[in-house]
This record gives sequence, structure tokens and C-alpha cells, in this order.
Amino acid sequence: MLSDHAVSILIFAGIDVIMALSFYLPASAGQLSAGQGGFMALGAYTAAYLTVNHQTPFPLALAAGGLVGGLVGLAVGFPALRLRGLYLVLVTFGFGEMVRVLFLNLPAFGGPAGFAGIPPATTLWHVLGLLALLAYFFTRLAGSRMGRAFAALRDDEAAAEAMGVNSTYVKLAAFSAGGVIAGLGGALYAHYTLFIDPEAFGVGRSLFVMLYAVFGGLASFWGAVLGATILSILPELLRWVKDWREILYGLLVLVMMLVRPQGLLDAALLARLSPRGERAAAHG
Amino acid sequence: MLAQQLVNGLMLGGAYALVAIGYTLIFGVLNLLHLAHGEVFMVGAYVGLTLALAGFPPWATLGGAMLAAAVLGVLVERVAFRPVRERGSHVTPLMTTIAVGLILQHTVVKIFGAEPVAFPAPFASAALALGPVTISTLQLLILATSVALMGALELFLRSTPLGMTIRATAENPTVAGLLGINVSLAIVATFAIASALAGAAGVLLAWNFTGLSPFFGVKVGLKGLAIMLLGGLGNVTGAMVGGLVVGVVEVLSVAYLASSYRDAFAFAVMIVILLVRPTGLLGARLQTG
Repeated sequence: MLSDHAVSILIFAGIDVIMALSFYLPASAGQLSAGQGGFMALGAYTAAYLTVNHQTPFPLALAAGGLVGGLVGLAVGFPALRLRGLYLVLVTFGFGEMVRVLFLNLPAFGGPAGFAGIPPATTLWHVLGLLALLAYFFTRLAGSRMGRAFAALRDDEAAAEAMGVNSTYVKLAAFSAGGVIAGLGGALYAHYTLFIDPEAFGVGRSLFVMLYAVFGGLASFWGAVLGATILSILPELLRWVKDWREILYGLLVLVMMLVRPQGLLDAALLARLSPRGERAAAHG
Repeated sequence: MLAQQLVNGLMLGGAYALVAIGYTLIFGVLNLLHLAHGEVFMVGAYVGLTLALAGFPPWATLGGAMLAAAVLGVLVERVAFRPVRERGSHVTPLMTTIAVGLILQHTVVKIFGAEPVAFPAPFASAALALGPVTISTLQLLILATSVALMGALELFLRSTPLGMTIRATAENPTVAGLLGINVSLAIVATFAIASALAGAAGVLLAWNFTGLSPFFGVKVGLKGLAIMLLGGLGNVTGAMVGGLVVGVVEVLSVAYLASSYRDAFAFAVMIVILLVRPTGLLGARLQTG
């Protein structure tokens, strides 16, 4: 059996993978979001509020967290229609900060003192279950009409529109689906840590989520999975360097990004790893 | 009361503007976000602290911080920007600069500790009464320094050959290169200037708050980003005006509203501006500056 410590590392790594996937989904349609921490906060606070104040069953609260994340994602998706690249990064950045400040100022959610007394509910099986579901979803998405529309939008928006891709619809779908995933991740997080405060979902969180996915590579969802797993377990492996840990972590990330700017799993490596998958893509 | 708050806000805003100008210069020239800029600012402030504790006069504290920040900025360009400029996507430099920021932050934690430290006042400040407004000589120094630095920058960009090189590169790096402009030099100069201004802002804000911490850079860095957006990406004059506006609004909202909303305001305005006027308050890119 796994020790409690190992389980907690795996749960946090799993939640990081979920968050990285929530960034990857809109990113696969060319929409870079630096506000995934904001969606995570919305999911976490919604679910925690329901289980604490209304004794809602955990699965229902989880679903509510995802739903709120998705609805707000839809709302944030609208600016995405007008903005591209770094402008969108900056607006979503601002969105994440706004959510943080909002929760700081809502006494019903504990304000700056945080929201405590959340009942324990998240187990490793919940996290693994959601990950399996997401893996199935992303595998199916890759070959689907929607998945190809995402890829087309990312590669060339004008060409995609000329080929009949409804960019408004596709972008909104990508953004809100990303919001759903981040909301679910937040709800799982809240019911494992049992205490949440706005600082846990600030800019730092959003940037790290982005870092996980980019570090792993944006060519496939496996990149986000790989990047988040490595980077969230790395601090554990670096325990022996004691207080040099963060500095070494930063150095390792920097060197990796310089050696492989396109991320660990780029298109070329993916093709080498799965000749079968490549053939299937060519047929589909 | 109102006039007093306005003066306080202008003083804060001037220092914010110096940080925002750095972001906007780098964005204007490279079309990239420099996410370790807040950390360069913070390191500048710590260098200033070291100098001040060693007994150097205020002008040397300020100058030393600017020099150290400039060197650091050029180093960051070498390490985190230049290698990935031609390769990778435009998110790669975001990641490399996050990593650099992490390294800088924790190096400072390692040397100075994670706790906030007091920053010695540069001189015994006297209060000057100007009609309804009381302004301390220290405030006056902070305000005058930031205004002087902004004026010097404006003059530099407008009327020196190197300033012209920077403006041409911001306009279009490829064409500038074809016309014989040394684009690499322009980029290095941009980083040096942007970082020196951040270093100056670090010392000025540390004087103002009479202290600093290794995490000082994150907050001010975010504010600088918001101000850059407010003024229009790559627009130097916009960043100056935006900085003053945000400083004044921040002070007013603390005085008349709940202080916990003060950080929200800059971002709310930023989002509205981006939706309504994506080019920022003052429109086009790097025209005057």
C-alpha cells in the first residue's frame, strides 16, 4: 500500500495534470489563457460552499464547480473573440486577478482569512477517475470534427474560417470546456486540502499551470500530462538540496525550455513514439 | 484632503510608471512579455538596500541600483530571450522568464531571508506645507526623480541616435535590420534602459514604503503590466500617463473605498480598456516615445 505522503503527492500531481489539461484545451484552439487559476478558484469555492453550507453530496458539488467554471469560461471566451496571442494572455491574466480580489472581498467565502471546514471527500480514485475520463475525452476529441476545428484555428484562423470553421462557436466551446475542467480540478482540490484561500489561486497558480502544459509540449494532450506530472513531482525529488530547491527547480525549467523550446513532447517526437497513431490520423 | 491624496497618488504613480515603461519598451521592441521584470525591480531595490546600509549617499544608492538592474536586465535578455527568439512559440519566452523570476526571487530569499526588511530613509525628511497640501521632502524627491527619469527617457528616445535605433526597431525589426540598423544593439539597449528604470523604481518605492521583501516584485510587476495595457502596449507616453492614473486611483480608493479593492481597480479598468480600445488609452504603438 502507498503511504499517506505518497498518496498526497499523487493527488496533488493529478490535480496539476487536470489543471494543465484545462489550459491545453483552449490552447489547442490557439487561445492561450493565463487565468486558469481563476476558474479553479470558482470551482473550488462553489463546490466548497455547497458541501459546507448546504450539505450537498460531493458528486453534485463537483459537478456544480465544473458548471460554474464552464459558464464563466463562456463569459471570458467573448473577449477571446477579439483578442489574440499575448493580448489574450494579458486579459485572462487580469481575469484571474479579478477573481482573486473578488473572493478576498466576499465575507460569505471567508475573505482573506480563507474558507475552512470543508469536509474531506476527494480520494486518489476520484482524481484518477477524472483523469481517465479526460484521457478518453481528449483521445476522442483529437480525431473529431471539433478537434480538427481546434487545430485549424490554432494553425491559421483566416484559413480555418475560409474552410467553413465557425470560429466564434469553436473558440467559445474551447474556452468554456477549459473552464469546466479547471472548475472540476478546483472542486477536487478544495475537498482534499479542506481549506482554501484566494492566494492559492492567484497569478502564481495560473502561470504554473501554463508552465506545466508548455513544458510538456502543446502538440498533444500527453504533453500537458507529462509536463504537469514531472514538474509537480520534481520538488519532491529535489528535497535533498534543501533550501536550494526553488533555485534548482527554476534552473532546470530554464535549461529545459532553452534546450526544447517547443516542449518535451513535440510533434516530431510524438510521431516517432506512435507510428500507429500517425497512420490513424492520416486516415481520419 | 483631496489635493493631499492627489499628491500622494502622483508620487506613487510616478514610480509605478517607471516599472510600466520598462514592460512597454520591451514589448514595443520585441513584442514579448518579460515576466521577470518585477523581479529585476525587486533585485534593484535590494542592491539599493545593500548600498544604503553600507552608508552610501542617496544618489549613489539610486545610481547603484539602476546600474545593477541594467546589468541584470541585459543578462536576462542573453539567457532567457535571445536563445528562444527565433525558435519555439511566443509562449516560450513567458516560460523562460518565469523560471528566471523564480531563480532571482529565491536567490534573494537565500541571501536576505524571506521576511520583509526595513529600508533606511535616505535623509531626515521635513514636511513642507504648500497651502492645503503637506508634502515631505522625501515625497518631493521621489516625485522629482521619477519625473526627471521619464523626461530623460523621452528626450533620449526622441533625439539621440541610439534612441532612434530603438524606435526604428520597435516599428519593424526586419525592415530596421535591412536598413542597416543594429537590431541586437537596440534590443540590448532596450533591456538595459527598461531594467535601469525598474531598479530606480525599486529604490523609490522602498523609500516610500520604508521597507521591502523578496515578493515585492510580484505585486508591483503585476501593476506594471496592468498599466502597460492601460496606456497601450508599446506606448511609452501611455505608460507614463497610465502609471499616474493608477497611482492616483489607488490612493483615492484606499481613502474613500475599501482598501482591499485597490488591486482590483487597475485590472477592471485594464479589461474594459482592452475590450473597448484594444490599443490602449493613447492609441497607436510607440509613436511619440
